[in-house]
Amino acid sequence: MALPDADTARDLLRHMLRIRAFEDACAELYSATKIRGFLHLYNGEEAIAAGVIPLLDAQDAIVATYREHGHALVRGVDMGAVMAEMFGMQEGCSRGRGGSMHLFDAAARLYGGNAIVAGGLPLAVGLALADAMQQRPQLSACFFGEGAAAEGEFHESLNLAALWRLPVLFVCENNQYAMGTALARSEAETDIHLKARSYGLASAAVDGMDLLAVREAAQTAIDHVRGGHGPYLLECHTFRFRAHSMFDGQLYRDKSEIERWRARDPIDLFEREARNLRLLADDARAALQAEVDAEVAAAVAFAEAGTPEPVDRLMRDVYTDTPA
Amino acid sequence: MNAATLTYREAMRQALRQALADDPRVFLMGEDIGRYGGCYAVSKGLLEEFGEERIRDTPLSESAFTGAGIGAALGGMRPIVEIMTVNFSLLALDQILNNAATLRHMSGGQVSVPLVIRMATGAGRQLAAQHSHSLEGWYAHIPGLKVVAPATVTDARHMLAAALADPDPVIVFEHVMLYNAEGPLEAVEAVPLTGAAVRRPGRDLTLITYGGSLPKVLAAAEQLAADGIEAEVIDLRCLRPLDDATLMASVGRTRRAVIVDEGWRSGSLAAEISARIVEQVFYDLDAPPARVCSAEVPVPYPKHLEDAALPQVDGIVAATRGVLGRG
Repeated sequence: MALPDADTARDLLRHMLRIRAFEDACAELYSATKIRGFLHLYNGEEAIAAGVIPLLDAQDAIVATYREHGHALVRGVDMGAVMAEMFGMQEGCSRGRGGSMHLFDAAARLYGGNAIVAGGLPLAVGLALADAMQQRPQLSACFFGEGAAAEGEFHESLNLAALWRLPVLFVCENNQYAMGTALARSEAETDIHLKARSYGLASAAVDGMDLLAVREAAQTAIDHVRGGHGPYLLECHTFRFRAHSMFDGQLYRDKSEIERWRARDPIDLFEREARNLRLLADDARAALQAEVDAEVAAAVAFAEAGTPEPVDRLMRDVYTDTPA
Repeated sequence: MNAATLTYREAMRQALRQALADDPRVFLMGEDIGRYGGCYAVSKGLLEEFGEERIRDTPLSESAFTGAGIGAALGGMRPIVEIMTVNFSLLALDQILNNAATLRHMSGGQVSVPLVIRMATGAGRQLAAQHSHSLEGWYAHIPGLKVVAPATVTDARHMLAAALADPDPVIVFEHVMLYNAEGPLEAVEAVPLTGAAVRRPGRDLTLITYGGSLPKVLAAAEQLAADGIEAEVIDLRCLRPLDDATLMASVGRTRRAVIVDEGWRSGSLAAEISARIVEQVFYDLDAPPARVCSAEVPVPYPKHLEDAALPQVDGIVAATRGVLGRG
């Protein structure tokens, strides 16, 4: 695929900076007890959402995991609505009912934030089945961690998608650790994309810290799926820079390993490469950072000004016909 | 008017056929529903009539194909997922509880899951302890689901359409001992999805049951009538939501109740109904509610032990006499 033009390069950097700044703000707000529950941050993995999602069409569906703030933001869900969701306010993108792990936006065809590992894969298969049966040209993109490969639903879903040649783009965000368990401590075969081959899926692995590499691999995968050749699994090697959630002493991994990956920060890598390619001006990042910081501040203010849902509406949305 | 007589299986098949014919969004998905014709032959012939696109044989992947049904429902289809037996549905419980029952709420009301899941339930065919249980009560515990158990040919014929018309996930339990049962198909166009039905009026006490136990309860009522005891028989039809109004109107009048439930007694649907009776019509009661449930044992294979584990007519009659003080 051709290199992005200057405008696109700016957009891609902006996507990653927005995610990073949003996540850092969430960590602070968690410490300030404005955000509660579990909070899984995407720092370090930004190049995947930013590399894949802008290549999707508006009508494509997305199913993500409990580490999905970045996917929602890149997809275009309003940052204020995402932050309000963190705060549990009814202005949140899931009306406050879901929280960090369950971001939804039906208009953006974002079908959650699924917090059961591998639980989103069957949904993506079904969304793709609905598209195929209704002769719609779109695909379903399903993001999940490498930990999902140990679950039966991963294997069942890959097989079903391949058997029925459904338009599913499986994106494995292999951040090396399923919570605190290193991949090699839970799988004999640690190449996730090879598992996909055994089910008859096309697949590839890519450096998930390299945004342009992710983008190129994703375009190949998307072309494959859109071409009617069945599902595709793209494995992206990455690393989360922060703890699994907010209660994690990170005793399971060495500081040196974290530092080694941090040295390949996807934002820095992309900025450097784009500047070398003369796609970005030297001062572009600073200008974008200022924009993004302002957006995050506005999102936090929006969430702070949010309104808790009245308790007398507790029972709404259990069933479709429950009166509001 | 003479009603046509047909089997429960044939009624269910007619319901499926009509659903497929009426709505191009409807399709069937499950294990051995197509080429094989359905584990209990309910879907026999539908593959030839509607084709592989809409009668989808699946791999033995309960979680994936149930979840795919949820996804397809999100995507605008009206899937009917068949799970061979309720015991196998445990392999799909993640999808049923964590997604089907939950997505509407978790999304703040942005999405609905118009999915129908059919499954066989219950004992009586000597299928032992992994194919014979009645776990309807577990599903009836879950907010976000509707749970129905058609017990008559007419309900088998028409409840599916009501389930498909519902915007939320509906689980349809079909008791394995009903498939061969013949009964009259009443001349109705439709039946409601929810609400209990009085299957036999009576003044002396209320027998409350559902699904595969209904024929046993009706047989018990017949025996009791020979002794001058007029039992009212209520078929719950819908296990979630429960029709408290019909139950309490009956029990409030007869002042006595026996609940017959093929599930295990502890934590059962019968326990829930008993609690509701005590909560709502306690001061109208002349005796404590009684329960006839399955023995708390995994269902055994030998016929005599299986029979002994399940609610039977004699036990229902005995429990009824006990509640009437005529044991």
